[in-house]
Order: sequence, then C-alpha cells, then structure tokens
Amino acid sequence: MNRIWLYLKDYKKEAILAPLFKMLEASFELIVPLVVAGIVDRGIAFHDASYVYKMGLLMAALALIGLTCSLTAQYFSARAAMGFGTGMRNDMFEHINRLSYREIDLLGTPTLVNRMTSDINQVQTGVNLMLRLFLRSPFIVLGAVIMSFTISLKAAWIFVAAVPLISLVIYLIMHVTVPVYKAVQTKLDHISRMTRENHVGARVVRAFGRQKREFEEFTDINEDYTETQIRAGRISALLNPATCVIMNFAIILILWTGGKQVDTGAITTGQVVALVNYMNQILIALVALANLIVAVTKAAASLGRINEVFDTVPSLSDDGNHTQKTIENAPRVEFKDVSFTYAGSRDSAISHVSFKAMPGETIGIIGGTGSGKSSLINLIPRFYDVDSGQVLVDGVPVEKYPFSQLRDEIGIVPQRAVLFAGTIRANMRWGDENASDEEILAALRTAQAMDFVGKLKDGLDHKISQGGTNLSGGQRQRLTIARALTGKTDILILDDSASALDFATDAALRRSIKKDTSGMTVFLVSQRAFSIKNADRILVLDDGELVGNGTHEELMQTCPVYKEICLSQLSEQEAAG
Amino acid sequence: MRNHRNTIKRVLQYIRPYTGRIFCLLFLAALTVVCTLYTPILIGKGVDTIVGIGDVDFPALAGILIRLGVIVLMTAGAQWLMNLFVNKVTYHIVRDIRKEAFAHLQEVPVSYMDAHQPGDIISRIVTDVTQFSDGLLMGFTQLFTGVLTILGTIGFMLSIDIRISLLVILLTPLSLFVAGFIASHTWQMFQAQSEKRAEMTSLVEELVGNEKIVQAFSYEERGIKRFKKVNEELRVCGVKALFFSAMTNPATRFVNSLVYAGVALTGAFAVIGGRMSVGQLTSFLNYANQYTKPFNEISGVVTELENALACAARLFDFMDSPAEEPDAADAVELADADGSVKVEHVSFSYRPNVPLLQDISIDVKPGQRIAIVGPTGCGKTTMINLLMRFYDVNEGRILVSGTPVRDMTRDSLRRNFGMVLQETWLKAATIRENIAYGKPDATEEEIIEAAKKAHAHSFIRRMPDGYDTMIAEDGGNISQGQKQLLCIARVMLTCPDMLILDEATSSIDTRTEIRVQKAFEELMQGRTSFIVAHRLSTIQGADRILVMKDGNIIEQGRHQELLDQKGFYASLYESQFAVQE
Repeated sequence: MNRIWLYLKDYKKEAILAPLFKMLEASFELIVPLVVAGIVDRGIAFHDASYVYKMGLLMAALALIGLTCSLTAQYFSARAAMGFGTGMRNDMFEHINRLSYREIDLLGTPTLVNRMTSDINQVQTGVNLMLRLFLRSPFIVLGAVIMSFTISLKAAWIFVAAVPLISLVIYLIMHVTVPVYKAVQTKLDHISRMTRENHVGARVVRAFGRQKREFEEFTDINEDYTETQIRAGRISALLNPATCVIMNFAIILILWTGGKQVDTGAITTGQVVALVNYMNQILIALVALANLIVAVTKAAASLGRINEVFDTVPSLSDDGNHTQKTIENAPRVEFKDVSFTYAGSRDSAISHVSFKAMPGETIGIIGGTGSGKSSLINLIPRFYDVDSGQVLVDGVPVEKYPFSQLRDEIGIVPQRAVLFAGTIRANMRWGDENASDEEILAALRTAQAMDFVGKLKDGLDHKISQGGTNLSGGQRQRLTIARALTGKTDILILDDSASALDFATDAALRRSIKKDTSGMTVFLVSQRAFSIKNADRILVLDDGELVGNGTHEELMQTCPVYKEICLSQLSEQEAAG
Repeated sequence: MRNHRNTIKRVLQYIRPYTGRIFCLLFLAALTVVCTLYTPILIGKGVDTIVGIGDVDFPALAGILIRLGVIVLMTAGAQWLMNLFVNKVTYHIVRDIRKEAFAHLQEVPVSYMDAHQPGDIISRIVTDVTQFSDGLLMGFTQLFTGVLTILGTIGFMLSIDIRISLLVILLTPLSLFVAGFIASHTWQMFQAQSEKRAEMTSLVEELVGNEKIVQAFSYEERGIKRFKKVNEELRVCGVKALFFSAMTNPATRFVNSLVYAGVALTGAFAVIGGRMSVGQLTSFLNYANQYTKPFNEISGVVTELENALACAARLFDFMDSPAEEPDAADAVELADADGSVKVEHVSFSYRPNVPLLQDISIDVKPGQRIAIVGPTGCGKTTMINLLMRFYDVNEGRILVSGTPVRDMTRDSLRRNFGMVLQETWLKAATIRENIAYGKPDATEEEIIEAAKKAHAHSFIRRMPDGYDTMIAEDGGNISQGQKQLLCIARVMLTCPDMLILDEATSSIDTRTEIRVQKAFEELMQGRTSFIVAHRLSTIQGADRILVMKDGNIIEQGRHQELLDQKGFYASLYESQFAVQE
C-alpha cells in the first residue's frame, strides 16, 4: 500500500480531487429522490405548477452539475492513474537494470516482463477505479441509509437490515466463485498447454502414433474444464437474481410500513416514493462495489508481485567506484583461488580455481554440462561476486571497477544468439554507441557474417525483427559475435557460441578471430573438443574444479578427463595430433 | 453482417444440437423481461393505495404486495434458470468446437505446423473459441432480452400515457447518439494508446527479457532513456484515451437524468390534470431509469457480435485447412519391417519453385548404418521428413521392407522407426509417462530398464520424486542433456527396427555421452539406422556415408573410400575436423 501512495505523491491534488468530485456528484444524485418527493407532495398535492417547473429545472441543473463533477473527477483520476503507472514503470525499469545476475536468476526474466507490463497495468486500472468508485459507492449506500433515517425511523430499519444482507450475499457468492474461477483458469492453461505441445511436438506425437491418445487426453481435460465452468457459472448466475429478490422484498416492506406511516400522517406519499428510489440506488451502488472489489483484489495481487520485484535488493553494486588505472604488464585476466556458489544452491559451481590469461592469448574452456564453464566466464565481467578468492582484470580486482569501465572492455557472445529489433547497424552499436560503419564492417568480416550481410540489399540498414526471427540461427550467431567485436574490446568471451554454426564456418571463424584480433584475449567455451583444440591454453573443468590447464598435447598426456572427452569426439590420430 | 453469412451458417450447425435448450432459454428470457417490467407497475399500484392520512387501502395494498412478492420470486427464478441455460449451452458449444479443432490439429499435415507459429494455433483454439462463444451466445441473449425490454417498456408506457411515452422514446436515443459520438472520437485515441502500449511492451520484452545481455554491454542507461521516452509518450496518450473513454458513462447518465427530469415534469402535470395517478408516475420514472440501459447494452453487443463472428471466421479458417491425405483404403499394416529401405529417384521441395532434393536414390540393406553429412541447409533433415512420411515425396518412391511407403498406414510405418531429434520434445507429464510415451502399457521394469540403458536412471533417481517427477512445460526443471537422455530412453523402450537420429548429443555431458553412445551402439546392432551426423566417431563407424550438398547426394561410401576420392567429403573433412593452424 505504501508504494501506491509513493507514486500518487506527485499527483496528490488529482488523487484527492478525483474522489471528492465523485462524492459531490453522488450527493447530487442523492438529492433527486427528495426533489421527486417534493413534486409529489407539494406540486401535485397542491396543484402548484410553478413549483413543479422549479423542481424540473432543479433536476436538470442537478444533472448538469453532476455531469461537470463527474467529468472533472474522471479527468483527475485519469491523470493520477496514468501518472502513477508511468512513474512506477520508470522506477521498476531502472530497478531491474540495477539487479545483478543473481537476482535475475532468482526472479526470471519472463516474470520481470510480466511484472513490468500486465501487473503494473492491472494496478493502474485498480487505482483509476479506486479513485473514481471506492468512495462513491459506499457514500451512496451510506447516504441513502441516512436519508431514509431523515424520512422515517420506522422505515430506516429496513435499510439497515437490507444493506448488510445484500452485502453478505454478494460476499458469499464471490467467496465461493473466486476459487472456482481460479480453477477454471488453471484448466484453461492446461488446454493451452496441450495445444502447444501437440503443435510443437507434432513429429514426435506422430512418430509414436499417439494422435488418438492425445485426443482422448484432450477430450478429458476439455470435458473437465467445461464441467468446472458450468459449476462456477451456476453459482455466479445467482448474484443478480438473489440481490434483486432481497431488494424487491425490502421495497415490499417499505411500501407496507410506508403505507402504515402515511395512514397515521407520519410521512407523505412522496416520501414513500423517495424511500423506494433510495433502495434502488443502494442496489446499483452495491453491485458496482462488488465489481470494484473484484478489480481491486486483482490489483492487490499484482501489487504484491510488483513489491516482490522492488523489494529485491541488488546483491552487487559499483556505487562509489571510480575509473581505475590498469596495471601494465599484468595478466589480462587472473583468477586467484576463486570459489563461487549460485544463490539457492548448496554445491559450489566453481571451487578454488586459479589461472592467468595474458594479452593475446586464446584460452579454451572445456568440460561437461554443469562443470562450471559458464559460471567461470560470468565472473570476469563481475556478473556475480565470488565467495572467496579474487578475480583481477588488468591487475585490478573486478569489484573496484565501475561496471561500465569493466564491461566495456569485455565483448561477450552469449549462448543464446539474441538480437534486437532495429537495423543491423543499431544492433552492432550495442557495444559501442559511436562505432563507425568501417569498424562495424570489419567486425562483421571477422565474424564471418559478411557473406550474407553483403548480399542484403540494404546492407547495414537491414531491419532485424524482434528476436531476430527473420534470420537463421547461424546468421544470428555470427551477428552476435560481430556485435561483441565492435568497440574497443580487449577480452572476447565466446560462451559456446558456435553451436549453431556448421563445422566449416566454425573453423573459419576461429581462424579469422585469431588473425584479426591480435592483443585480444579470447575465451572460447565449448563442448566440442576440436573447437578449442588449437587454443594457446585449455582449461579443463570437472565439477567446478580446474583439473587441467595447458596445451592440447600436454593435457592429452596429463589430464585423464580431457583425454576422455577428446577420445569420445575425435578420432585417435586427431586426438594425438 | 452480409459477408458473415457463411460463418453464421456454420455457427448454426454447432448450435443445432442444442435447439431445444435454446427455445427454453428464449422462453425464460421473455418471462424474465415481462416479470421485470411488471414490477414497477405493481409498485406504482402499491403507491396509489397510499393516498394520505387515514386514506390507505390496506387490503388492496396487501393484495398488491403479495402479487409483487410472487412476481419478484418468479423473476429471480426465471433469470437464474435462464443464466444456467445460457452457461450450459455456451460451454457445451465451446467444448464441441474445441474438441473438433483439436482433432483437426492431429490431422493437419506436419507442413502446416512448420508454416504456422504455435501461438497462432493456440490463440485460435483457446482464445478465439472463448470469445466467439461468449460473444455470440451471451451477446445474443443480451440482444434478445434487450430488444424485448425495449419493446415491452414502450408497450407498458404507452398503456399508461402516450404523450410522456413519446417524450421518453424520442429523447432516449439521444444518449445512444452521445455514446456513439464519443466512441467514434475516442477510437483514434485508443488506437494511439494501444500502439504505444505495444511499443512499450515489446521494448520491455526485449530489454528486460534479455537483461543479462543489456548488462553485459553496459546498455542500462541507453535502455532506460529509450524506455522513459516511450513510457512518457504512453502516459500522454493514455490520459487522453482514459479520460475520453470514461466520458461515455457520465454523458449518457446526463442524458438519462434529463429524460428523468422531463418525465417528472410532464408526469406531474399529467397527474395534476388527472390523466395519471401518482403511482403511475412512479412506474414511469422507474421505466425512464431502466429504459436506456438496454440501449447502451445493445450498442456494445453489436460490436461484440461482430468480434465473435471474426473469431469464428479465424477458427473456421483453421478447421478448413486441408487435413493430411488419409491412408489409402487398402493401405497395409507394416507389421515387422525387415530393415531394408530403398529410395528410388526421389525428388522433393517444400515450395514448388524452390527445388530441394533432386533424383535421390539409396539402397539400404537391413542393419546398415547410414550417416548423412553435409553443410547446413543441404537437405539432411528433409530426408528424415520423407522417411517418416511427415512429408510425401513429389516424385519417385520410398520402399520399406519392399513395400512402397505410400501403400502402408502412416502409423505402422512410423512405429517401425525410432526417432531422436535434435530438438527434444517432452510432454508436461511425469518422467515415467514420458519414457512410456511410445508404449503406454510398459511395465515398471521395462521403463527402468530403458532408462538404465539410456543412462538416465541415475539422474532420475536423484530427482525429488524419482520417476514421478513432473516435467515442467518448458522443461525448466531438467537440463537439456537430461531431456535428451529421456528422449533416448523413450526410443529404447519401443525397440523399433529402424532408427532415425538427428545427432542430438552435442549438449549431453561429455562423459555421459560416451556411455550413451555405447548404448546407442547396442541399440543400433542389427537395426537399420539413419544418422544426421555431426560427430566424427559416428561417421567413421558408418557402413555408408551420404554426402549431401544442395539437395543432391554427391558422394557416398565408407569414410576411407571417400577420403581417397579427395572430393567434397575430403575437403569438408579437412576443414571441419582437422583444423589447421
């Protein structure tokens, strides 16, 4: 809740005026039945035409004032709600950009995207509704009850009984149906899931001849979904009739007691009519309130999820770091007895790893899945902080650098080849905002991407669609390599980045990187032995431990793990030579 | 609406089985409307018995109130029943259509899946069906009751006083006009808002979805700048859209209030003039209040109906996509393949004017191991598509066990092949169910045996629920390598006579891989195998290597033979497997 006020603070005026004007409008609405009562009791009873005219004009005037108030309120609440959402989105976006890999791992990027979009929208809608209706509906209900008291104490008890009763019915029905509707949603998710499965996995389904069984399974889920829906519908279909019954019985009671009261002269006929009208207003307000509660509940759930993100504190920061002077002749990258554990994991991903990588060296990193290859390279740009030991780049511990200084020096090609919507040029400039076309083209050439970029009609202006779906996997991968090469990169990290390339391209790529990037330290992570075989040095990881560090020939002699990997992938004579 | 005629006709077919219920529904709707409209009249009559001090006709009032009570209960009952009928019919029709659509999904050729995104199909089978049924049936019911209410109200009002009725009838459409005016003017703002919102969303999807890359390239500040700009633009057009769309409600309410005031005024004079009673005036005011509601609803219903029909059209568009050509009536069951495969002069292309495979012929003896190698896009995976009959050849024929594959049922053909693809696909089900996917009646022992052979048993045992562990929809709870092991176990269990492997071992733990390869070795013993090979060890052990390039088999033979030829394979081998400094 605090967070809501925080973002409404800049819209204090709007947030106060909106409900205020709504209440003003409601008060005018509450006057109308009295005016009608006046027409009946005075205008009609005494045949007072001018009074009737006056009252008619009064009603029109009330309507006009109501309209003005309502529009004003609407305007203020729209401004407040949109401003609220915008402010929250901006802050959350910045907050997410401050989170470190550890928190991103824990929350997951799809979750973050959902929080940013649908959850904030939901809260924004909730705020808008709250500002407009949250005071108005209770105000009408309360106002109508108070009015009934001013008219007749005897009739007022009917209101006092009816309002909680209607509220109770609404509450009970919602209480029963909300969980059922949640179940309905889960079952609908199953239906989506099965549809997706049978689309994506069509080949496997057919290869095993399972179409009929899949259909039967779907039929069951579908049937179950239908039944649940009908069950939920059965109860929620009660809402309207049940509340109407209560209200109409209240009106019956009002007419009967009203009749008695009129008989004794305690109230007038017009006042009976006014009481009936108030009852009608109460029902409408209560139903609106019920809908509001549903929306607010949804918004509250979203707000909870949003808070989760805001409450996540970045585990590492570069606050207070200033630009570091690098130490000359130091190794480009050095690990000193580094151990590292992922959040939520008991076993360390990297334990006691030490090595040096000199400028110009190509370092191959090999090992099975889960052996710690990716973890190791993620420590170089300080995506994670080590548990113990030290990572140095150019002789300076990584935690001393401002992020931008450290990371600008490092070009990373992630496992998954992700490109962004925009031109090829814009994508290439991710690493270096000011890269010239010549620099970009050089990087593309090194990355073996010129063969297809050169063939594009619009060259660097070629538009890439979101996610790069208009390119093949291999093309995307080569572009991500070129992206990492654009800019003043001293360290290039290829995280198993050639997996979508065929062998010939992979080999050509490695050759040209070797040729074009003198002085650059290259880390090549791979599962393919032949990709790293010719590296200056190879680091062999097994279960987070560094079990080998040397050239191919050395490791073949000394490192059983490496030998095993090579023999499984290369022929004897290749492994030997 | 005219262009929807065909769609409507087909929609009616789905409704036909529920004709009886629809009539009940319509009857109940009519009953509800009549009762609802009768209530204000009774209330008015009640008011008329209450004239003044000492002038209240209690016996008459009691009679009216009892009648009112009965009517109120009847309204509620009828309304509830009507809602139940609407629900039942709607949900059943949804069920029927969805079932048929899913059945169709099993019948469309694989080429349809390849050409359409899963999201597209899901939105048709899930979202469109729901929107269609909600829109159509609920919309239809609303339309029906709305029209009845309007007609009924007019009737009741006319029976009381013609002049005031005319006032209401003529003035009320004004609110419709106002609503329409606002809607047409806000449409553009909405359009602008949803475009901006889409822009904002896709930026978030890109940047937040790839937050790690953003940080790796120090793109945070630039990203924030871009986002704030879009977000501010969204705020500006959002305020407009929100405000103007929210105008409809107060504006129509304003018109209603004016009508209400008008009725009160003229009604009062009618009462003074003795043409009407106070009670009738109350009824009138009541009507004036609820008369506009159906108008506002109907204007919404029409767009909803249009939308529903558009959804139905999209759905039918999917249902009308041609199904896979059914198996020939005299298609034989391939009971037990001997393992021989003959490809005779086969040509094939995905798109008519882009030829891919040209005049391919292969003769494979039972038990032979065939490795297919070549650069990306040379047609390797296409061979798998043709062998499994996911696609049919354009020319030539393929024979398995001496029988043309076109003459046998697809299911029996496919059952004789075991397939492991590079893209692992598992069901969101337990590990046990996944391994037994091809043999649902497998015993526990058989399943464990297969898992052991695939070297999956040990990791499965370590999972929290062992063989009962649920695999998440995105397979997030197990690694890519483990997924592949499960796919292998799945094939291990069915023991097919022929194997198709799109060498899928690249991401399995290198050391596990050695064992898996051994297991595969065992499995391949005596079985005909086709392997799209990436690995030298596989290639060297093959009985025959098919070297493909641009849709042709340009060389074939054993590893050493091909090297001696010093052709394309030799150069491919040089460049790929023996990297020179």
